[in-house]
Amino acid sequence: MKRDCQVAIAPLTRVEGHGNIRIRIEQGRLLEARWEVVETPRFFEAMLKGKTWENAPWITGRICGICSIGHTLASIRAVERAFGIEPGPCTTRLRLLLKHMETLQSHSLHLFFLVLPDLLGVGSVLPLLETHRETVLLASRIKKLANDACDLVGGRRLHPTRTVVGGFTLYPQPAELAALRERLQAVLPDLDEAAALFGSLPLPDFQRPTEFVSLAGTDAYPFIGGEVVSTDGVRQTEDGYRALTNEYLVPRSTAKWCRLSRSSFAVGALARFNNNAHLLAPAARALAAGLGLAPVCHNPFANNLAQLVECVHVVHDAITLIDELLAGDLEPDRQPVRPRAGLGVAAVEVPRGILYHAYQLSDSGRIMACDCVIPTGQNHANIQADLTALAADFARRGHGDQDLELLAAMLVRAYDPCISCSVH
Amino acid sequence: MPAAPPDLPRRYLGVPLWRPRAAFFELTSCEGCQLQILNNEDTLLDFLSFLEVVQFREAMTEKAEDYEIAFVEGAVSRADEEERLRRIRAQAQVLVALGSCAAFGGVNQLRNRWADPALVVREVYGEAPVETALVRPLSAVVPVDLMIFGCPIRKEEVERIVCDLALGKTVTHPAYPVCLECKANENLCLFDLGEPCLGPITRGGCNAWCPNERAGCWGCRGPAEDANVAQLLEIMRRHGFSDEAFRDRLECFGGFASLPARPEGLPA
Repeated sequence: MKRDCQVAIAPLTRVEGHGNIRIRIEQGRLLEARWEVVETPRFFEAMLKGKTWENAPWITGRICGICSIGHTLASIRAVERAFGIEPGPCTTRLRLLLKHMETLQSHSLHLFFLVLPDLLGVGSVLPLLETHRETVLLASRIKKLANDACDLVGGRRLHPTRTVVGGFTLYPQPAELAALRERLQAVLPDLDEAAALFGSLPLPDFQRPTEFVSLAGTDAYPFIGGEVVSTDGVRQTEDGYRALTNEYLVPRSTAKWCRLSRSSFAVGALARFNNNAHLLAPAARALAAGLGLAPVCHNPFANNLAQLVECVHVVHDAITLIDELLAGDLEPDRQPVRPRAGLGVAAVEVPRGILYHAYQLSDSGRIMACDCVIPTGQNHANIQADLTALAADFARRGHGDQDLELLAAMLVRAYDPCISCSVH
Repeated sequence: MPAAPPDLPRRYLGVPLWRPRAAFFELTSCEGCQLQILNNEDTLLDFLSFLEVVQFREAMTEKAEDYEIAFVEGAVSRADEEERLRRIRAQAQVLVALGSCAAFGGVNQLRNRWADPALVVREVYGEAPVETALVRPLSAVVPVDLMIFGCPIRKEEVERIVCDLALGKTVTHPAYPVCLECKANENLCLFDLGEPCLGPITRGGCNAWCPNERAGCWGCRGPAEDANVAQLLEIMRRHGFSDEAFRDRLECFGGFASLPARPEGLPA
């Protein structure tokens, strides 16, 4: 049995941003297992200070290229809540539709282009063009649909243009939404096929008891605003987000870390699923059951399955939203903006978990203070805890360096970390 | 006829095609421009046939160091990035600044409004020792051969530029402003809709991406040739927009920092 093991991954590939993994096992004893976030900080909170509210969604959307729609929507919601603006029914539905399409785009990018190569034993999607061409084409179809839908509703697939405080600058035409509905219907068989593929590729069997935090759905699987819950029984309002995140600094990370009831917690697709599985669309619930995914699941690798389940959910829900819009809710309802002093907080479920934006605004709408708490920032401590447990487990059993290297990389990748986003 | 062996140069209209070994890198950025490289699924395989991608951390684990073209996204804001950029420059025959952060500093340079980086660190991290420096575009550190403008970059434009590179054509950018493209698209003028817009002074080539969606231009592509900033300030004032709104847009992506003089009377 192999008793010594060294893993040094710097930087981890097929994730967004720069993070390193270092593991050292000697004589079957774990000496070190470190998740290091080495990304350069960007200081968005300092960029926004002194700027007026109009700048916030435009600039904070640039925190992330992958979840820029989520950042833009969180920023808009924070400003609207500070100014007392209640978005109209058309805007509310279109925003959720846009969010869903970002979720579909981000999850499918992660599942097919970042995760699948590991499950099939290759280094990137490129060799799969030879061996699994149909799967790559299927993945491209799903991703293209999601991107096109984001262009239609948000004006642009990343760093959206139509999304503004009060509503949208332009609203889609009924015929455009009807065409999108047809494409959403057509992608459902692709998702079934994807589910069959992922269901046939076993995930590592690893469990570590974890606290999962997400928005709390009341009558719908939650994405925008409302209360926040944890599997440890914490319940908190969106405004009380600081009591949930408790940010602190650690020397090996340029991102802040978070804790709640325990020393770490997890956010993201698996957390949403664990707290709200009963609110999924029936087809998504059936898929979860077929994949053997049931709440509360404590295997971090299962986040990939939860993402797959969410892909099915958002497509079904997007079709429902379009039906509601076409049945009479597609009336442009952009509202005027009247600045007033106040604190605006927004919690939005972006692909990787809850994103909070909070702005203290002056009576003329100037940003006096700004705080953004990013999902991957909330996950870092949990990634570290999982990595330690995984490596310790490995040290006991004794395997080769390469096995551990792959498993450790897959573990971090399962979180779909958005590292530059977390070092905002 | 048997297919040509793959190692023979491909030809297009009799012109041999260079299939450069390309690497993608990111410094201080959101990695959105690299995400754009992976977008446009319909043309992605054709696009990839023009390049031999040997390094792309966000998408692949394999990597090689003998690249000829380096596409670098992001601004320089830390000593290790400066060192990394110099190594990339030494290896690459062609260094491409990919997007507004690489070309101008992008939104990152907004924090340079705080002249002392230490104050910025204190604002966000308190007393924790976090290393950073003023934000700089790539060209402030090493010679840059080519810029691809935009926040984000437009994939169609990248495809055109990569095609030009492979064919050995000179890569050019439009000299005219976004305003011209906006007019050609028959949009309503954003000024008349009550929205500030830098379209009249910003370099075209994006096909008026934001104004087409009724969002005023924020100048992410930097100045058009012969940009008349002072005249635009007059027009903005005439339409009742505040000088501050104008300044916010001018400074958002850093492209206008290189202009010789700011218009008279604009708040710093």
